[in-house]
Amino acid sequence: MTGKEIRSRVGGTLLTLLGVSVVVFIVLRALPGDAITAKLGTESGVLDHAQRQALEHYYGIDQPLLAQYFGWLRAVLSGNLGVSADSGQSVTSMLAAALPVTVELAVLATLLGAPAGVFLGVLAAARPGRPRDIGVQGAALLGLAIPEFVLGSVLVAVLASAFGYFPNAGAFVPLTESVSANLGQMIYPAAVLAVAFAAIVMRTTRSAYLEMARADFVRTAQGKGLAPSRVRLRHVLHNAGIPILTIIGIQFGYLLGGTVIVEQIFALPGVGRLLLNAILNHDYAVVQSTVLVIAAIFVLVNLVVDLLYRVLDPRVRIS
Amino acid sequence: MTAASRAAAPDWGRGRRRSGGRIVRGVVADRNGAVGALLLAAILALALAAVTGLLPHDPLGQQPADRLTGPSPAYWLGTDQFGRDIATRTFVGVAASLRVVVLAVAIAALTGTLAGVTAGFLGGHTDAVVGRAADVLFAFPAILLAMAVVTGLGRGWVNTAIAIAVVYTPIFVRVSRGPTLAVRHAEYVLAGRVLGFSRRRLLLRHVLPNVAAPVVVQVALSLSWAVLTESALSFLGLGTQPPDPSLGLMVADARTLLAPAPWTLLAPAAAIVVVVVGFNLLGDGLRSALDPTVGPR
Repeated sequence: MTGKEIRSRVGGTLLTLLGVSVVVFIVLRALPGDAITAKLGTESGVLDHAQRQALEHYYGIDQPLLAQYFGWLRAVLSGNLGVSADSGQSVTSMLAAALPVTVELAVLATLLGAPAGVFLGVLAAARPGRPRDIGVQGAALLGLAIPEFVLGSVLVAVLASAFGYFPNAGAFVPLTESVSANLGQMIYPAAVLAVAFAAIVMRTTRSAYLEMARADFVRTAQGKGLAPSRVRLRHVLHNAGIPILTIIGIQFGYLLGGTVIVEQIFALPGVGRLLLNAILNHDYAVVQSTVLVIAAIFVLVNLVVDLLYRVLDPRVRIS
Repeated sequence: MTAASRAAAPDWGRGRRRSGGRIVRGVVADRNGAVGALLLAAILALALAAVTGLLPHDPLGQQPADRLTGPSPAYWLGTDQFGRDIATRTFVGVAASLRVVVLAVAIAALTGTLAGVTAGFLGGHTDAVVGRAADVLFAFPAILLAMAVVTGLGRGWVNTAIAIAVVYTPIFVRVSRGPTLAVRHAEYVLAGRVLGFSRRRLLLRHVLPNVAAPVVVQVALSLSWAVLTESALSFLGLGTQPPDPSLGLMVADARTLLAPAPWTLLAPAAAIVVVVVGFNLLGDGLRSALDPTVGPR
């Protein structure tokens, strides 16, 4: 890959990030309703003019919108993500505490879901249209259609009634404190996330595998008498690997912002729960910065996947 | 369709392959499409019966004496912790969910397709700006963006629909832009240009019919996933507000009742799955009916 291509891809990512900050600002700041109403509720109606002005000045919302946006952007770029109106903690420190939990959850879900998805995809694609294929596809559709909050709720209830185990009864144990106790808490929510993950990976694997199985070089390999298992693994799956890796990367990125439901059900102190609590408490600084940081991480994960893709696939490099 | 209106729109879908009756026959001929249409027809009929008051119970009516009773002839799917009929609440919940997702996907499909076709057809700066805007919206995990928009707009079913529409718009941009690019330089479009057709006519009569098929398929699939997004928002307390019945809220309520009364979770969960699977299979059926490269299965 040429330096020029890398530069244009990185430049595009920076533009996207800028757009992400604009969207976050518009959605959470420029829309009607402001920090004062959010903080005081209906009591904000009894503020006199001078009090309101003082508060507007305090929150910086007496500035023109553009000035507010650039002021916020400057603060974010210098590492200041704001202060929680609720706890008085800096949002940076709150995110620093919450992110490892969500990242660990996403990594575990990927480790469980990706191999299962690839295995099932190959299983289905090896006999297209046969009962096994239809069964796997039906299971995948169910895996996508059963909401995470149903799977999670049922899992919690089953663990409690059948094994007397309450995954969210005790305090959360960080990975750095006790690996086994931490994994004991994390494995169930990760398994819930892994179901839909595996289903998506299965679908991509199946279609990529079927497409590759039709390729001329596969017929050649079969024609020269290679063992079917060798053709399947070395010729078909090997070449189907790039779309599969891409979807795994994208899904992993989505998980970093998509764990809110299982975090809520299993009471895990990750970014999803941080965001949900901030929304319910009208803690705008936390909402704004958390959404921004998650979207930024997702964009960067996509950039890495895209660059990796170019390294892995010589065809993309040439074209 | 009357003879006059047929004559007025001769170009649409080349008149043969994509007429309404053919699409319906094509969907039903596909195994997945037939199952999807059947599931949706069944649950739509029940939802319609529930909102028009044809079911025997009131979705909000509390019967304290009948709290948490299991399925019975009086209460088909049992009652909840306030003695409310779960069957009625589930089907009213389905209707409430469909109202949100249909509005959401309609907004997303219209704005997204308009933006995608315009971008693909005009190219240049328009295309670059629209493409970047879609990339920006794609940069947010779905549930996160929906949560953020609901926070900005406030609760309420229309705001929930707008939030979901924002999430699904970039998908329609992507789905409509590709086919537009593919036919932009096709000979029949060039011929139209040479004949001096207006841009509007070229877009509506020559480009849009080629984009319609993937967009229609995407509408069905988006409805499917949007039901999950809507129920997840409600589950988190950011969608439909109590006491209105909502599938997500019913599951949230059922969490603490699962051991003594598993039916409180089963009905709303099954309803979500049926709607999601139904729209998904319908999307498969539409694809096989509309896309000449995919045959019926």
